[in-house]
Amino acid sequence: MALVLLLAPLLTGFVRKIKARLLRRQGPPLIQPYRDLLRLLRKEVVLAENASWLFRITPYLVFAVIWVAASLIPTFATGLVFSWTADLIAIVALLGSARFFLALAGMDAGTSFGGIGSSREVMIATLAEPAMLLTIFTLALVAGSTQLSTIAAVMISSHVGLRVSLGMALIALIMVAIAENARIPVDNPATHLELTMVHEAMVLEYSGRHLAMIEFAAYLKLLLYISLIACIFLPWQLALPGTGAPAYILGVVAYLAKLVIGAVLLALFETASAKMRVFRVPEFLGAALMLGMLATLLLFVSRSL
Amino acid sequence: MNGLTFDIAHLLAGGLVLVSFMMLYQDRLYSLLNMFALHSLVLTLSVAWQAYVQQAPHLYVTATIALVFKAIIIPVALHRMIRRLGIHREIETVVGIGPTMFAGMALVALSMVVMLRVTQAADPLAREDLAFALSVVLLGLLVMVTRRNAVSQIVGFMSLENGLVLAATGAKGMPLVVEISVAFSILIAFIVIGVFLFRIRERFDTVDVRALDDFKGKRRR
Amino acid sequence: MTPVALVLWCIAVLLGVSILAVMMARWSRATAVIYGASFCVSAVAFVTVLLQLTAASASAPLPLVLPLGLPWLGAHFRLDALAAFFLVVINLGGAAASFYGLGYGRHETAPQRLLPFFPAFLAGMNLVILAADAFTFLLSWEFMSLVSWALVMTHHRERDTRMAAYIYLVMASFGTMALLLAFGLLAGASGSYDFATMRMATHTPAVAAFVLTLMLIGAGSKAGLVPLHVWLPLAHPAAPSHVSALMSGVMTKVAIYGFIRVVFDLLGEPAWWWSMVVLTLGGVTAVVGILNALMEQDLKRLLAYSTIENIGIIFVSLGLALAFEANAMTWAAALALAAALFHVLNHSFFKSLLFFGAGAILTATGERDMDKLGGLIHRMPFTSFAFLVGSVAISALPPFNGFVSEWLVFQAILQSPNLPQWGLKIMVPAVGGLLALSAALAAACFVKAFGVAFLGRPRTLAAQLAQEVDRFSLTAMFVFATLCLFAGVLPGIVIDALAPVTFTLVGDRMPVQTSVPWLSIVPITESRSSYNGLLVFVFIALSASLAAYIVHRFASRSLRRAPAWDCGFPEASPQTQYTSGSFAQPVRRVFGTHLFRARESVEMPAPGDPEPARFTLDLRDLIWEGLYEPIAGAVWFTAERLNHLQFLTIRRYLSLVFLALVFLLLVLALWS
Repeated sequence: MALVLLLAPLLTGFVRKIKARLLRRQGPPLIQPYRDLLRLLRKEVVLAENASWLFRITPYLVFAVIWVAASLIPTFATGLVFSWTADLIAIVALLGSARFFLALAGMDAGTSFGGIGSSREVMIATLAEPAMLLTIFTLALVAGSTQLSTIAAVMISSHVGLRVSLGMALIALIMVAIAENARIPVDNPATHLELTMVHEAMVLEYSGRHLAMIEFAAYLKLLLYISLIACIFLPWQLALPGTGAPAYILGVVAYLAKLVIGAVLLALFETASAKMRVFRVPEFLGAALMLGMLATLLLFVSRSL
Repeated sequence: MNGLTFDIAHLLAGGLVLVSFMMLYQDRLYSLLNMFALHSLVLTLSVAWQAYVQQAPHLYVTATIALVFKAIIIPVALHRMIRRLGIHREIETVVGIGPTMFAGMALVALSMVVMLRVTQAADPLAREDLAFALSVVLLGLLVMVTRRNAVSQIVGFMSLENGLVLAATGAKGMPLVVEISVAFSILIAFIVIGVFLFRIRERFDTVDVRALDDFKGKRRR
Repeated sequence: MTPVALVLWCIAVLLGVSILAVMMARWSRATAVIYGASFCVSAVAFVTVLLQLTAASASAPLPLVLPLGLPWLGAHFRLDALAAFFLVVINLGGAAASFYGLGYGRHETAPQRLLPFFPAFLAGMNLVILAADAFTFLLSWEFMSLVSWALVMTHHRERDTRMAAYIYLVMASFGTMALLLAFGLLAGASGSYDFATMRMATHTPAVAAFVLTLMLIGAGSKAGLVPLHVWLPLAHPAAPSHVSALMSGVMTKVAIYGFIRVVFDLLGEPAWWWSMVVLTLGGVTAVVGILNALMEQDLKRLLAYSTIENIGIIFVSLGLALAFEANAMTWAAALALAAALFHVLNHSFFKSLLFFGAGAILTATGERDMDKLGGLIHRMPFTSFAFLVGSVAISALPPFNGFVSEWLVFQAILQSPNLPQWGLKIMVPAVGGLLALSAALAAACFVKAFGVAFLGRPRTLAAQLAQEVDRFSLTAMFVFATLCLFAGVLPGIVIDALAPVTFTLVGDRMPVQTSVPWLSIVPITESRSSYNGLLVFVFIALSASLAAYIVHRFASRSLRRAPAWDCGFPEASPQTQYTSGSFAQPVRRVFGTHLFRARESVEMPAPGDPEPARFTLDLRDLIWEGLYEPIAGAVWFTAERLNHLQFLTIRRYLSLVFLALVFLLLVLALWS
């Protein structure tokens, strides 16, 4: 749990750095996100006049929920102590809870910006969530389980082979991850123009320690999705329980390498594509939904089912 | 047959279905053509792989035909045709992308059910090949139905034909002569349609097939 | 005294109370007495059936026969596990609604229109569940429908209410007719209306399929299955709020009970294709219901539409149970059925809670229209907290109960590859996709409901001056809020309590949950999947408080209030906030263009013209237009044609009667 907490800001810093280098800029140093968090934590909170208690507890709640979800994903070793607490469906639902509260907080201050952000965020979520669940169906049908550790173990073993369904599931999951993390082309994490923002508009009223918690939650979420994709589709070198220290060290190294690959690919993709109009997003996510569905359907023509 | 050969065949055939969906998703003529080229390329690979697996050299010929004609000559020719017609802007689809996608999903599900039920006893490779091939054929028809532009209708027709070729290679033992004749008939159909396109355009200033309907309507009255 | 007799006594007392209510209609304290009495009786019945359900004797309970009803049949009453479970739902809902009524009923303008029917309604629902022969069942069903119709008509001076009640009455009679035919077919040649005899009978596939169709029409119209749902969003909100809670949270469950009783219990072996029908209807119902809810700006109608969605979810899991049972996969059937029953229970919890909340808003502000509310979280902190719990629970978010039942449904869906039929194999994941879509839309819908009504700034004076409601109402809400959390955190207990029900219906049960370490729940085996609501809840609570503690202890604690960011253009009016319509706009753009033929038009005044700009939104209910309007038109047309029968001479009337008689005799002669 502590590992993800420590790594998450670094990952975001790394993505930003790569993006900056791709644009031939110097870019902020890698540890900038940590500095940002510390600075925000030290500042006072400026609360909108109309904000209620819900607005004040939401940052902690969102942070806690995403943290719990992130710590349920095997990073470098399967067989986490509490992995049976919640399966993949529950992880998706936990992320849904976080979004639910964040969207409510967006409407709390009583400004139009919060409303615009919340309503667009839920629109994106209504398509992203089913797409993600369909992807999970595909995986669960292959592995015969919705438990992440089991899925990862099945994917390590060579029984799975190349399957077109899994490829589609991967693409769908990546599309969902991009949308859920408010990355280009769905949303621009660095925008400062109110009308084009989705996620940022929703959290516009937050400041100080509250904003720090929300930013931290966003970093964690990015890490969560990359770990999830790595754990399912690149399960190599995941240490199985009881394999001893060398396997664990190898697992950690491999995990870090996977994160780096994910971050570089994300940065490349973001730099290469332009943000789309808000009402193009449903088509983008509709394609993810369709891929997820197609993946489930095509599963039935595979060998073992 | 070991696992890997099956997996690769499966991957390629599934890829073909996926490319068919991507064709449904496109709303520009050029990208539709590129998708079609990709479609044919995937078909080529799939056929070549089948040739290798089944050790049937005549399938290599089929693959070469697919590669040369469908993946290179026809797309290039259509590209030039579009440029000369000056219609490289958007395709007007009859229905929106969302419903089209849903219809496509339903068609794939239908073909899976039908094929898997009918061919219960057949060998797994042929089975899934047939299921995929039927999906590709149906999706090709869907492309034709949902587009108004004559060029995209041609593309839909050709992707349909790709599905037929996939079915033929999966089914083992379709003679080469039949395939070649199919390929040539397609080519001839292509030329005929191409000539028609220019005639249509000369007459109506558009390749929107609605113009033909209007024309028909006027005659009758 | 046996439990059946005790519950029957409770029903008798409830009927007595309703007669009492007629007698003391004008008395000012009547409200408190009647609701108090209903509460006590429901509570007694609740405890009785709860004990009966958990005690779960292995032997099948014998029916109690009373010399009522048809002379040669008598009235049969039986309390098996299924009936006990549904009675728990009903009496819990009834007790809570009565308690809520103690506070809410004081604001009623014409209590004499409401009080006599309220205990009778409770009694009617209890009777339907207890009935063990077709005659008693149908009689109680019709009694329940009529009494609830009377409750809908409480505010009969409003035109909308009268319209709603009229449509409800038509649909209810239509549904009862379908049920009547279904039971007629079930009784078949033996002609016995006793459930025990019906269970023995075997039916040809055609007859069984026909019974299924009739049950889908009869029970489905009561439950709100699309396309028979049209009356529900009209009638449920028209009634006073605690009655709406009963109708939505409980009466729809009686309909589900009827469906389960006939299809799973009386009808014998199901055919696999039945499940295709039920699954399709359920999936479509879920999505259509929640999309309609999203478009709605009347809070109570939104809740009613969301009931339709939940009914869809329940029917999907019932369809799954049918599919598995038809293929003799009893463990999976038990899972799917347990999921359905769990969702029945959950929905009765959170839907009652939400309707109570809507009633509290109505009391405090006199408004049902969300666009005239806002900012209530400051004025009504307790109500808004309870409503928030209900919203989170109904959106299927952990760690609350709605998530658990939906998780179980998803687990049941993942068993589908084991089904032998290709059609089902492919269809079940597709329905799963629909279910996932409806869950995501439900979350969006309740963000909208809570956000627009409770958050932001008050949009009208009424919302600004709202007062927190009385303690009775709050207690009723908080009981349900606690139950939502309890069932979400400790679902194992509920699942184990459901085991006798699934065992009697499909002959199997889910694994014993309370013996699983750490109070997790497992649908089949632990290696496949498990979920632990308790730990998730504890983890979230711990890490949230830890984070809050660390931040407050080691970082800044200072806080300053300032105006919200306005982009340099101060918004004077709270009217500029996002309303329910504008919140739903992105979703409407995505889904509504085809489903509702949504058309937006903006009229901008010419530059320099001080006229306001106008925005009009046109939504159309295609189901109403496509299905009901033609029927209504046809009925109208026939009625017009037949109208001239009224103006015939006596001789012509006589000749009509004569001809009819001759015709019937001819039929008789030619038939045999």
